[in-house]
Amino acid sequence: MQRRHVVQYGAAGVGAVALMLGVGWWRADGPGAPKPAGQRPLPLSAMDFRLTDHEGNEVGPETLIGRPTMVFFGFTYCPDVCPTTLSDISGWLEDLGDEAAQMNVVFITVDPERDTVEAMAEYVGYFHPAIRGWTGPANQVARAAEGFRASYERVPTKGGDYTMNHTASVFLFDAKGELVTMIDYHEPREFAVPKIRRALTEDVEGAT
Amino acid sequence: MTKLSYINGLPLVLLLSGMSSPAFAGSEDVVVENAWSRASIGVNRPGAVYMTVRNTGEYAVTLTGLATPLAMMPEIHESKTNSNGVSSMAPAGEITIEPGQSVALEPGGLHAMLMMLQNLMIEGETFPLTLTFSDGGEVAVEVPILGIAARGPES
Repeated sequence: MQRRHVVQYGAAGVGAVALMLGVGWWRADGPGAPKPAGQRPLPLSAMDFRLTDHEGNEVGPETLIGRPTMVFFGFTYCPDVCPTTLSDISGWLEDLGDEAAQMNVVFITVDPERDTVEAMAEYVGYFHPAIRGWTGPANQVARAAEGFRASYERVPTKGGDYTMNHTASVFLFDAKGELVTMIDYHEPREFAVPKIRRALTEDVEGAT
Repeated sequence: MTKLSYINGLPLVLLLSGMSSPAFAGSEDVVVENAWSRASIGVNRPGAVYMTVRNTGEYAVTLTGLATPLAMMPEIHESKTNSNGVSSMAPAGEITIEPGQSVALEPGGLHAMLMMLQNLMIEGETFPLTLTFSDGGEVAVEVPILGIAARGPES
Protein backbone atom coordinates (compact mmCIF):
# COMPACT_ATOMS: atom_id res chain seq x y z
CA MET A 1 0.00 0.00 0.00
CA GLN A 2 2.70 2.43 1.10
CA ARG A 3 4.88 1.40 -1.79
CA ARG A 4 2.09 2.13 -4.28
CA HIS A 5 1.79 5.62 -2.84
CA VAL A 6 5.49 6.20 -3.36
CA VAL A 7 5.21 5.08 -6.99
CA GLN A 8 2.20 7.33 -7.52
CA TYR A 9 3.92 10.32 -5.95
CA GLY A 10 7.01 9.54 -7.96
CA ALA A 11 5.06 9.48 -11.21
CA ALA A 12 3.30 12.72 -10.29
CA GLY A 13 6.67 14.27 -9.46
CA VAL A 14 8.19 13.27 -12.78
CA GLY A 15 5.10 14.64 -14.51
CA ALA A 16 5.36 17.94 -12.64
CA VAL A 17 9.06 18.32 -13.47
CA ALA A 18 8.38 17.55 -17.14
CA LEU A 19 5.60 20.13 -17.14
CA MET A 20 7.84 22.76 -15.56
CA LEU A 21 10.61 22.01 -18.04
CA GLY A 22 8.05 22.35 -20.80
CA VAL A 23 6.82 25.68 -19.45
CA GLY A 24 10.42 26.79 -19.05
CA TRP A 25 11.21 25.97 -22.67
CA TRP A 26 8.07 27.70 -23.91
CA ARG A 27 8.96 30.87 -22.01
CA ALA A 28 12.70 30.92 -22.71
CA ASP A 29 13.06 29.65 -26.27
CA GLY A 30 9.61 28.71 -27.50
CA PRO A 31 6.81 30.89 -28.82
CA GLY A 32 6.40 32.50 -25.40
CA ALA A 33 9.95 33.91 -25.44
CA PRO A 34 10.15 37.68 -24.97
CA LYS A 35 11.07 39.58 -28.14
CA PRO A 36 14.77 40.51 -28.14
CA ALA A 37 15.20 44.04 -26.86
CA GLY A 38 16.09 46.54 -29.58
CA GLN A 39 19.68 45.79 -30.51
CA ARG A 40 22.19 48.54 -31.08
CA PRO A 41 22.60 49.56 -34.73
CA LEU A 42 25.96 48.87 -36.39
CA PRO A 43 28.36 51.74 -37.12
CA LEU A 44 27.70 53.07 -40.64
CA SER A 45 31.14 51.82 -41.71
CA ALA A 46 30.08 48.24 -40.92
CA MET A 47 26.87 48.43 -42.98
CA ASP A 48 26.62 47.32 -46.58
CA PHE A 49 23.72 48.23 -48.87
CA ARG A 50 23.13 50.02 -52.18
CA LEU A 51 20.11 52.29 -52.63
CA THR A 52 19.03 55.21 -54.84
CA ASP A 53 18.17 58.65 -53.49
CA HIS A 54 15.14 60.66 -54.64
CA GLU A 55 17.28 62.45 -57.23
CA GLY A 56 18.46 59.18 -58.77
CA ASN A 57 21.96 59.13 -57.20
CA GLU A 58 23.45 55.81 -56.07
CA VAL A 59 23.90 55.90 -52.31
CA GLY A 60 25.03 53.65 -49.50
CA PRO A 61 26.18 53.89 -45.88
CA GLU A 62 29.51 55.40 -46.99
CA THR A 63 27.57 58.37 -48.46
CA LEU A 64 26.74 59.38 -44.90
CA ILE A 65 30.21 59.25 -43.35
CA GLY A 66 31.92 62.60 -42.92
CA ARG A 67 28.86 64.49 -41.68
CA PRO A 68 26.53 63.88 -38.74
CA THR A 69 23.51 61.83 -39.84
CA MET A 70 19.87 61.35 -38.94
CA VAL A 71 18.13 58.26 -40.41
CA PHE A 72 14.59 56.93 -40.07
CA PHE A 73 12.45 54.30 -41.75
CA GLY A 74 8.89 54.68 -43.07
CA PHE A 75 6.79 54.58 -46.23
CA THR A 76 4.86 57.17 -48.19
CA TYR A 77 1.52 55.32 -48.02
CA CYS A 78 1.61 55.73 -44.24
CA PRO A 79 -1.21 58.11 -43.23
CA ASP A 80 -0.34 58.84 -39.63
CA VAL A 81 3.05 57.99 -38.10
CA CYS A 82 5.29 58.83 -41.09
CA PRO A 83 3.96 62.30 -41.99
CA THR A 84 3.99 63.05 -38.26
CA THR A 85 7.64 61.95 -37.94
CA LEU A 86 8.61 63.90 -41.07
CA SER A 87 6.81 66.99 -39.71
CA ASP A 88 8.54 66.55 -36.34
CA ILE A 89 11.94 66.26 -38.02
CA SER A 90 11.19 69.29 -40.20
CA GLY A 91 10.38 71.20 -37.00
CA TRP A 92 13.60 70.05 -35.28
CA LEU A 93 15.61 71.11 -38.34
CA GLU A 94 13.92 74.52 -38.32
CA ASP A 95 14.80 74.90 -34.63
CA LEU A 96 18.43 74.03 -35.37
CA GLY A 97 18.56 76.44 -38.32
CA ASP A 98 22.05 76.80 -39.80
CA GLU A 99 23.41 74.09 -37.48
CA ALA A 100 21.32 71.52 -39.36
CA ALA A 101 22.74 72.52 -42.73
CA GLN A 102 25.82 70.34 -42.16
CA MET A 103 23.76 67.23 -41.44
CA ASN A 104 22.58 64.25 -43.55
CA VAL A 105 18.86 63.58 -43.02
CA VAL A 106 17.65 60.39 -44.69
CA PHE A 107 14.22 58.75 -44.90
CA ILE A 108 14.57 55.10 -46.03
CA THR A 109 11.39 53.44 -47.30
CA VAL A 110 10.37 49.98 -46.06
CA ASP A 111 7.90 49.73 -48.96
CA PRO A 112 10.05 49.87 -52.12
CA GLU A 113 7.30 48.17 -54.12
CA ARG A 114 5.18 51.34 -54.02
CA ASP A 115 7.86 53.89 -53.11
CA THR A 116 9.69 54.40 -56.39
CA VAL A 117 12.34 57.09 -56.79
CA GLU A 118 9.63 59.38 -58.25
CA ALA A 119 7.23 58.69 -55.35
CA MET A 120 10.00 59.46 -52.85
CA ALA A 121 10.93 62.65 -54.71
CA GLU A 122 7.38 63.98 -54.60
CA TYR A 123 6.88 62.98 -50.97
CA VAL A 124 10.05 64.44 -49.46
CA GLY A 125 9.43 67.63 -51.45
CA TYR A 126 6.64 68.53 -49.02
CA PHE A 127 8.95 68.51 -45.99
CA HIS A 128 12.22 70.19 -44.93
CA PRO A 129 14.57 70.50 -47.94
CA ALA A 130 17.40 68.74 -46.05
CA ILE A 131 15.43 65.45 -46.01
CA ARG A 132 16.59 62.89 -48.61
CA GLY A 133 14.46 59.90 -49.61
CA TRP A 134 16.18 56.55 -50.27
CA THR A 135 14.66 53.51 -51.96
CA GLY A 136 15.90 50.50 -53.92
CA PRO A 137 15.50 46.77 -54.45
CA ALA A 138 13.73 44.89 -51.65
CA ASN A 139 16.86 42.91 -50.72
CA GLN A 140 18.93 46.09 -50.35
CA VAL A 141 16.25 47.74 -48.19
CA ALA A 142 16.33 44.57 -46.06
CA ARG A 143 20.13 44.84 -45.71
CA ALA A 144 19.85 48.49 -44.71
CA ALA A 145 17.22 47.70 -42.07
CA GLU A 146 19.40 44.87 -40.78
CA GLY A 147 22.35 47.23 -40.33
CA PHE A 148 20.23 49.71 -38.38
CA ARG A 149 18.57 46.80 -36.49
CA ALA A 150 15.27 48.21 -37.71
CA SER A 151 12.36 45.89 -38.38
CA TYR A 152 9.40 46.06 -40.74
CA GLU A 153 6.56 43.82 -41.77
CA ARG A 154 3.89 43.92 -44.45
CA VAL A 155 0.36 43.72 -43.00
CA PRO A 156 -2.70 43.17 -45.24
CA THR A 157 -5.63 45.54 -44.77
CA LYS A 158 -9.25 45.42 -45.91
CA GLY A 159 -9.88 45.74 -49.62
CA GLY A 160 -6.72 43.86 -50.67
CA ASP A 161 -4.45 46.72 -49.67
CA TYR A 162 -1.57 46.58 -47.22
CA THR A 163 0.21 48.69 -44.66
CA MET A 164 3.65 48.35 -43.06
CA ASN A 165 4.61 47.98 -39.42
CA HIS A 166 8.06 49.45 -38.96
CA THR A 167 10.61 50.83 -36.52
CA ALA A 168 9.65 54.47 -35.98
CA SER A 169 12.74 55.60 -34.03
CA VAL A 170 15.12 58.19 -35.47
CA PHE A 171 18.81 57.12 -35.51
CA LEU A 172 21.55 59.68 -34.89
CA PHE A 173 25.17 59.08 -35.96
CA ASP A 174 28.23 61.29 -35.58
CA ALA A 175 30.41 62.33 -38.53
CA LYS A 176 32.53 59.17 -38.14
CA GLY A 177 29.42 57.03 -38.53
CA GLU A 178 29.18 55.86 -34.91
CA LEU A 179 25.73 55.71 -33.34
CA VAL A 180 25.23 58.60 -30.91
CA THR A 181 21.68 57.93 -29.78
CA MET A 182 18.12 57.33 -30.94
CA ILE A 183 15.05 59.53 -30.72
CA ASP A 184 11.93 57.55 -29.87
CA TYR A 185 8.66 58.21 -31.58
CA HIS A 186 6.66 60.77 -29.57
CA GLU A 187 9.78 62.12 -27.86
CA PRO A 188 9.14 65.79 -27.10
CA ARG A 189 11.09 68.43 -28.95
CA GLU A 190 12.86 69.63 -25.78
CA PHE A 191 14.59 66.21 -25.66
CA ALA A 192 14.98 65.63 -29.39
CA VAL A 193 16.74 68.85 -30.34
CA PRO A 194 19.53 68.54 -27.70
CA LYS A 195 20.11 64.94 -28.85
CA ILE A 196 20.61 66.16 -32.41
CA ARG A 197 22.99 68.86 -31.13
CA ARG A 198 24.97 66.08 -29.44
CA ALA A 199 25.32 64.25 -32.77
CA LEU A 200 26.41 67.52 -34.36
CA THR A 201 29.11 68.21 -31.78
CA GLU A 202 30.21 64.64 -30.98
CA ASP A 203 32.98 64.68 -33.54
CA VAL A 204 34.15 68.26 -33.75
CA GLU A 205 37.74 67.34 -34.56
CA GLY A 206 36.58 65.23 -37.49
CA ALA A 207 34.44 68.01 -38.91
CA THR A 208 37.21 70.58 -39.12
CA MET B 1 -16.15 70.78 -51.52
CA THR B 2 -16.50 74.24 -50.06
CA LYS B 3 -13.80 76.82 -49.57
CA LEU B 4 -12.13 76.86 -46.20
CA SER B 5 -13.45 79.48 -43.85
CA TYR B 6 -12.03 78.05 -40.68
CA ILE B 7 -10.98 80.17 -37.72
CA ASN B 8 -8.14 78.76 -35.63
CA GLY B 9 -9.09 77.68 -32.15
CA LEU B 10 -12.79 78.02 -32.79
CA PRO B 11 -14.37 74.63 -32.15
CA LEU B 12 -16.08 73.28 -35.18
CA VAL B 13 -19.74 73.17 -34.47
CA LEU B 14 -21.63 70.01 -35.04
CA LEU B 15 -24.67 69.57 -37.17
CA LEU B 16 -27.16 67.03 -35.97
CA SER B 17 -29.00 65.06 -38.51
CA GLY B 18 -32.42 64.05 -37.27
CA MET B 19 -32.72 66.94 -34.82
CA SER B 20 -36.48 66.57 -35.08
CA SER B 21 -36.49 63.12 -33.55
CA PRO B 22 -35.61 63.24 -29.87
CA ALA B 23 -35.17 59.47 -29.62
CA PHE B 24 -31.36 59.41 -29.33
CA ALA B 25 -29.80 58.59 -26.00
CA GLY B 26 -26.60 60.58 -25.84
CA SER B 27 -25.25 61.37 -29.28
CA GLU B 28 -27.15 64.68 -29.46
CA ASP B 29 -24.75 65.89 -26.76
CA VAL B 30 -21.60 65.04 -28.72
CA VAL B 31 -19.42 67.95 -29.83
CA VAL B 32 -16.59 67.58 -32.33
CA GLU B 33 -13.76 70.09 -31.96
CA ASN B 34 -10.59 71.02 -33.85
CA ALA B 35 -11.10 68.62 -36.74
CA TRP B 36 -8.34 68.68 -39.36
CA SER B 37 -6.71 66.52 -41.97
CA ARG B 38 -3.70 66.55 -44.26
CA ALA B 39 -3.72 67.08 -48.00
CA SER B 40 -3.19 63.91 -50.04
CA ILE B 41 -0.69 63.03 -52.74
CA GLY B 42 -2.91 61.45 -55.37
CA VAL B 43 -5.82 59.22 -54.35
CA ASN B 44 -4.00 55.92 -53.79
CA ARG B 45 -2.65 56.78 -50.35
CA PRO B 46 -5.04 56.76 -47.38
CA GLY B 47 -5.80 60.03 -45.61
CA ALA B 48 -6.03 60.67 -41.87
CA VAL B 49 -8.41 62.92 -39.93
CA TYR B 50 -7.86 64.16 -36.39
CA MET B 51 -10.33 65.73 -33.95
CA THR B 52 -11.55 65.77 -30.37
CA VAL B 53 -14.90 64.10 -29.74
CA ARG B 54 -16.46 65.44 -26.55
CA ASN B 55 -19.46 63.95 -24.77
CA THR B 56 -21.18 66.88 -23.00
CA GLY B 57 -24.24 64.84 -22.03
CA GLU B 58 -25.24 62.58 -19.16
CA TYR B 59 -25.09 59.24 -20.96
CA ALA B 60 -22.15 57.27 -22.33
CA VAL B 61 -22.01 57.32 -26.13
CA THR B 62 -20.35 54.80 -28.45
CA LEU B 63 -18.85 55.82 -31.77
CA THR B 64 -19.53 52.96 -34.16
CA GLY B 65 -18.71 54.25 -37.63
CA LEU B 66 -17.84 56.99 -40.08
CA ALA B 67 -19.09 58.10 -43.47
CA THR B 68 -17.84 60.65 -45.99
CA PRO B 69 -18.31 61.14 -49.72
CA LEU B 70 -14.52 61.58 -49.90
CA ALA B 71 -13.61 57.96 -49.12
CA MET B 72 -15.28 54.60 -49.63
CA MET B 73 -13.75 53.05 -46.51
CA PRO B 74 -13.43 55.48 -43.62
CA GLU B 75 -12.54 53.76 -40.36
CA ILE B 76 -11.15 54.67 -36.93
CA HIS B 77 -7.63 53.27 -36.61
CA GLU B 78 -5.06 53.39 -33.87
CA SER B 79 -1.28 53.64 -34.25
CA LYS B 80 0.76 52.05 -31.48
CA THR B 81 4.50 51.96 -30.87
CA ASN B 82 5.84 49.00 -28.86
CA SER B 83 8.82 48.87 -26.50
CA ASN B 84 11.15 48.06 -29.41
CA GLY B 85 10.09 51.24 -31.20
CA VAL B 86 8.05 49.44 -33.85
CA SER B 87 4.88 51.24 -34.95
CA SER B 88 1.81 49.40 -36.11
CA MET B 89 -1.72 50.40 -37.00
CA ALA B 90 -5.00 48.53 -36.57
CA PRO B 91 -8.76 49.25 -36.63
CA ALA B 92 -9.75 50.61 -33.23
CA GLY B 93 -13.25 49.12 -33.14
CA GLU B 94 -16.03 50.91 -31.30
CA ILE B 95 -15.09 53.78 -29.00
CA THR B 96 -17.16 54.53 -25.91
CA ILE B 97 -17.00 58.01 -24.41
CA GLU B 98 -18.24 58.41 -20.86
CA PRO B 99 -20.33 61.43 -19.82
CA GLY B 100 -18.17 64.55 -19.51
CA GLN B 101 -15.22 62.80 -21.17
CA SER B 102 -13.62 63.30 -24.56
CA VAL B 103 -11.55 61.21 -26.92
CA ALA B 104 -8.67 62.78 -28.83
CA LEU B 105 -7.91 61.58 -32.33
CA GLU B 106 -4.37 62.89 -32.75
CA PRO B 107 -1.16 62.10 -34.68
CA GLY B 108 0.45 58.86 -33.57
CA GLY B 109 -2.68 57.57 -31.84
CA LEU B 110 -6.33 57.29 -32.81
CA HIS B 111 -7.23 58.72 -36.20
CA ALA B 112 -9.99 58.46 -38.76
CA MET B 113 -8.31 56.68 -41.63
CA LEU B 114 -9.80 57.45 -45.04
CA MET B 115 -9.22 54.48 -47.30
CA MET B 116 -10.12 54.38 -50.99
CA LEU B 117 -10.18 58.13 -51.56
CA GLN B 118 -12.62 59.20 -54.25
CA ASN B 119 -11.11 62.66 -54.67
CA LEU B 120 -7.86 64.45 -54.01
CA MET B 121 -7.59 66.09 -50.60
CA ILE B 122 -6.57 69.62 -51.51
CA GLU B 123 -5.09 72.05 -48.98
CA GLY B 124 -7.52 74.86 -48.17
CA GLU B 125 -10.65 72.89 -48.96
CA THR B 126 -12.98 71.12 -46.53
CA PHE B 127 -15.06 67.96 -46.70
CA PRO B 128 -18.00 66.55 -44.69
CA LEU B 129 -17.48 63.65 -42.28
CA THR B 130 -20.32 61.97 -40.41
CA LEU B 131 -19.80 60.13 -37.12
CA THR B 132 -22.35 57.42 -36.33
CA PHE B 133 -23.21 56.43 -32.76
CA SER B 134 -24.74 53.28 -31.29
CA ASP B 135 -27.96 55.09 -30.36
CA GLY B 136 -28.58 55.72 -34.06
CA GLY B 137 -27.61 59.39 -33.89
CA GLU B 138 -25.18 61.03 -36.26
CA VAL B 139 -22.88 64.02 -35.90
CA ALA B 140 -21.63 65.71 -39.05
CA VAL B 141 -18.53 67.87 -39.13
CA GLU B 142 -16.85 69.87 -41.89
CA VAL B 143 -13.14 68.95 -41.87
CA PRO B 144 -10.54 71.49 -43.07
CA ILE B 145 -7.69 70.11 -45.17
CA LEU B 146 -4.31 71.49 -44.08
CA GLY B 147 -0.89 71.00 -45.71
CA ILE B 148 0.80 67.60 -46.04
CA ALA B 149 3.37 68.57 -43.41
CA ALA B 150 0.79 70.06 -41.00
CA ARG B 151 1.14 69.18 -37.32
CA GLY B 152 -2.29 70.40 -36.25
CA PRO B 153 -4.88 73.13 -36.68
CA GLU B 154 -2.68 75.66 -34.85
CA SER B 155 0.29 75.26 -37.21
